[in-house]
Amino acid sequence: MTKYTDQGKKDTRSGYGEGMTELGRTNPNVVALCADLVGSLKIQTFIDENPERFFQVGIAEANMMGIAAGMTIGGKIPFASTFANFATGRVYDQIRQSIAYSDKNVKICASHAGITLGEDGATHQILEDIGLMKMLPGMTVINPCDFNQTKAATLAIAEHHGPVYLRFGRPKVANFTPVNQKFEIGKALLLTEGSDVTIIATGHLVWQALLAAENLENQGVSCEVINIHTIKPLDKKAIIDSVQKTGCVVSAEEHNYLGGLGESVARTLAEHNPAPQEFIATKDTFGESGTPDQLMDKYGLNAKAIEAAVHKVIKRK
Amino acid sequence: MADIKQLEDLVVQVRRDILRMVHKVNSGHPGGSLGCTEFFVALYNEIMNLKDGFDMDGIGEDLFFLSNGHISPVFYSVLARKGYFPVEELNTFRLIDSRLQGHPTTHEGLPGIRVASGSLGQGMSVAIGAAETKKLNKDTSLVYSLHGDGELQEGQNWEAIIYAASKKVDNLICTIDRNGQQIDGPTEEVMALGDVSEKFSVFGWDVLEIEDGNDLKQVIDGLNEAKNRTGKGKPVCIVMTTMMGNGVDFMMHTHAWHGKAPNDEQLATALAQNPETLGDY
Repeated sequence: MTKYTDQGKKDTRSGYGEGMTELGRTNPNVVALCADLVGSLKIQTFIDENPERFFQVGIAEANMMGIAAGMTIGGKIPFASTFANFATGRVYDQIRQSIAYSDKNVKICASHAGITLGEDGATHQILEDIGLMKMLPGMTVINPCDFNQTKAATLAIAEHHGPVYLRFGRPKVANFTPVNQKFEIGKALLLTEGSDVTIIATGHLVWQALLAAENLENQGVSCEVINIHTIKPLDKKAIIDSVQKTGCVVSAEEHNYLGGLGESVARTLAEHNPAPQEFIATKDTFGESGTPDQLMDKYGLNAKAIEAAVHKVIKRK
Repeated sequence: MADIKQLEDLVVQVRRDILRMVHKVNSGHPGGSLGCTEFFVALYNEIMNLKDGFDMDGIGEDLFFLSNGHISPVFYSVLARKGYFPVEELNTFRLIDSRLQGHPTTHEGLPGIRVASGSLGQGMSVAIGAAETKKLNKDTSLVYSLHGDGELQEGQNWEAIIYAASKKVDNLICTIDRNGQQIDGPTEEVMALGDVSEKFSVFGWDVLEIEDGNDLKQVIDGLNEAKNRTGKGKPVCIVMTTMMGNGVDFMMHTHAWHGKAPNDEQLATALAQNPETLGDY
C-alpha cells in the first residue's frame, strides 16, 4: 500500500488559522468574524494584519451568523468562526433562513468539532453537526483530515461561491498530506488502492484508517482507503467505483452514525451498488469528558475499531 | 419632495393591493401590512436613495431589510409600484410557482429582496452586516430596516442591539413598528415590552419617535430626522406607533386581522373605504 508519513503532529484549527493569514494577504474581500474565541480559532495573525476586516461579535453567535449574511451584500466574503457546537446547533435557524435559503456566500468555520474536544465534555462536543449542515439545501460540507488539508480547504472555499460549512478540530494529530496541496471541493482522494474492502473516512479518522490499513495488510487484507474531505457534494463516483471492486465498505467519522458521512455513503450505495457496510461512528450518544485518545478508544473511533469493522464486513460479503 | 397628494394616492392604492392579494388566496397578513403602508410608501418614494434596477450588492444606494417578513403584501405592492417587477405579478402572491412567496425570499430571484425573512428576529443582524460592509466599501449610503414590536421578544435582536451600539454602526436606521399587537393578543399582555424607546436608548442608540405612523407627513419628517442623526457614532432607532389594519375600519383596534384574509363581503367593504387611485393591477 501507499505509505504516508506524519510530518509532525499539528492541530487542524491551526491550518485554518494559517489559511486565514494567507487569505488576509491575498483576498481583500475576505472578512473574519468570531464570537469570543479568537485564540481557539487561531486567527490572531489575520486580526493583527487586517484589523479593519475583523469583526468581534462577542458571545452572540446568532447575531454573528446574521451579520455574516448581511456582509455578503456588497461583496465581502465572511468567514464566521467559533466552536462547532455554537456554529451549528445553536444557530441552526439563522443559518437556515439568513444564509442557506438566502444563498449567502458565508463560510461557517467550526473548530473543536467532534469528541476530540475532550475534557470540556458533551456540552461543548458536537457529534451532530455534519448531519445538521448537510441537510440544508445548497450547503457545502467539508471536513478535512489534517493541518495541511485544512489550510488548503480554507483557501479553496474563499474561491467557491455559496455557503460552506468547514469543520475541523482541537487536538494535534498526524499531518501527512502534502504541503501546499490543491484542494478540489467535492473530489474524493484515493489514498491507497486495495481489493478486499473500501475504507471511506473523513476528518481525524482518515489517519486512523491508514494505520488500520497498514496493520490489515500485514494480516493479508488489502484495503482501499478513500479520504472524503467533502461530505456534500459527495463524490459518488469514487465511492461506487471502489465498492464495485472491493464489494464491501467501512465508513469512519468522528460523528454520530445518524446523519453523518456513513449514511451518505449508504444511501449512495443503496441507490447504485448495494454492499455490506460497517459504521465507525458514535452510536446515537452524547460524548463525555476525557482525553481525546481515551474518548476515541471508548467510543470506537480509532484504528483498532476500524480493523475490527473490516474483519466483520468482509465476512458479510 | 414628491407631491404629498401623489404619495397619499399611492398609499390608498397599496392598501387596495394588500387587501386584494390576501383575499385572492385567502391567506396572508393584512393587519401589519396596512399599519405600515405609509412607512413603505415614504421610504421607497421619498426617503431612500435608490439606483435604477436591482442588483444584490446594492453598492452606492440605500438598502432596506424587512425583518417581520409576514407583512410581505405591503412590501411586494410597494416594490411593484416602484417598478422592481410588474404590478400584474401581485396576482401570483402565495400561489405555486410564484416569485411572491408567503414570506419574502431571494430564492426565486424577486427583484428588491436581499434576504429571506419570516422566522422572526433575524433582520437586524443582517442589516448590521450590510451596514458594516458599506463602511468597508467607503459607501456612504444608509441601511434601513423594519421590525415588528412583538418580534423584539426574540433574543437575537438584543445581541444585535448591543453590537450596533458597541461598534458604532451609525449608518443604520432601524424602525420598530409599535402597533402593540401580536398573534396571541396585545404585546403588553403576551409579554410586555414596556418602554421600547427607553430600552433602545439605554442600550446606546439614538432614538426618535413617530407618534402617528399612519400620518404620511409625520413618517416622512421622522425618517428625514433619522437620516440627519446618522454618522454621529450611534445607530438610530425610530419607534413608530401604528394602527394595525389602518384604513379599514373593521380591521383596526384589534389583533384579529394579523394573519386572516377578508371574505368577499368584507373585501367589498374594505375596498369601498379605499377608492381606486392609481389603478388596480
